[in-house]
Amino acid sequence: MTEKTPNKTKLRKNPVVLFIHKLGSPAYFYHFTGKFIPWFWAIFLVLTAIGMYQAFFVVPSDYQQGESFRILYLHVPAAWMSLLAYIIMAVCAFIALIWRIRVVEILAMCSAPVGAAFTVVTLVAGSLWGRPTWGTYWVWDARLTSELVLLFLYLGVIGLYNAIDEPRKAARAACLLALVGAVNLPIIHYSVKWWNTLHQGSSISLMGGSSIDSSMLWPLLVMSIAVKFYYGANLLTRSRVKLLEQDLRKGWVRNIVREGK
Amino acid sequence: MTPTRKRRLIAVLLILAGVSVAAVVASISLQQNLLYFQSPSDLAMQPIPPGRQFRLGGLVKPGSVNRVEDSLATRFVVTDGPKEVPVEYVGILPDLFREGQGVIARGSLNDGGLFEASEVLAKHDENYMPPEVADALEKTGHVSASTDYSKE
Repeated sequence: MTEKTPNKTKLRKNPVVLFIHKLGSPAYFYHFTGKFIPWFWAIFLVLTAIGMYQAFFVVPSDYQQGESFRILYLHVPAAWMSLLAYIIMAVCAFIALIWRIRVVEILAMCSAPVGAAFTVVTLVAGSLWGRPTWGTYWVWDARLTSELVLLFLYLGVIGLYNAIDEPRKAARAACLLALVGAVNLPIIHYSVKWWNTLHQGSSISLMGGSSIDSSMLWPLLVMSIAVKFYYGANLLTRSRVKLLEQDLRKGWVRNIVREGK
Repeated sequence: MTPTRKRRLIAVLLILAGVSVAAVVASISLQQNLLYFQSPSDLAMQPIPPGRQFRLGGLVKPGSVNRVEDSLATRFVVTDGPKEVPVEYVGILPDLFREGQGVIARGSLNDGGLFEASEVLAKHDENYMPPEVADALEKTGHVSASTDYSKE
């Protein structure tokens, strides 16, 4: 980073600020995150194994929907992740637009494909679930439509980023789109409250507890934590690769190539 | 914060504010179009002329389902508590279609006030529980919870 903060010496004394500044350096970011990625993958695999086993073999079937409700354990964690990935992307975009920190720009841009993948999983799993329960794969109600718009926003961000040759300019344009698209997030979340939809209301809220029976609830929580680790591992891996690509000719990358680590 | 960053911050916040206002205005003005279905009470307040297609949503009134012999036709009553509308549908109903369950029917009213549905979708609620729990709830007098259709 070439930008200088005015009262740099004063800020240096604060260990948190110092750490954040250090993370902004591509070399430090690369080495620091590299330590976590294997752990993230391991936690993801263990939690997914537990969660999926519980979801398919242990949890009782639903009193109305029978076995088909088990799609919930894929659909709901993916749906939450599709929103959280966008929130992370938008927050990174906001920071990137104002402070122009390259590592944060890259984080924002690398969140988009992962979020898009989770949105696709949400839509596909949801429509496969909709067929046996509602009687249709797809309807244009507010919840389903706004989630589809989320996919288009992700694709728009990815497309815009790749359409401009100069990576910093491309990231800036795409960050602005990502930030503007964030207005869709409350629409998705509250769509089942504000409008009549075929999609049912939220089963779980942070304040109001859960309308899923406790015997069915905890594998859902396990799965939703598992996908967060998948997201983290995927996001960090993508970001590191992007940093290597952009800094191909810089010293820190040469050092990595020379030392083989 | 440097003046450049302050300027950028203000610009970004202004853009966000503008977009948010636009989104709110758009969703308020589209309010009616974004309603996926009309409840029987909506219908009573704002009648829809016979022959016009719309979606009717509510609960299947318990005890109202009649299957017409020698055909796929089913007659039932959709209710949201205060108001109800009789419905006729010819075709195969979704698995979750049952008395007391939410449905959304697409079709139009005929001159006699009967809703002739061309499609019936089952709407389920946000409650999930094992059958034993549902039985226990029913025994203790908790009606197996169904979606609240009284909201506007």
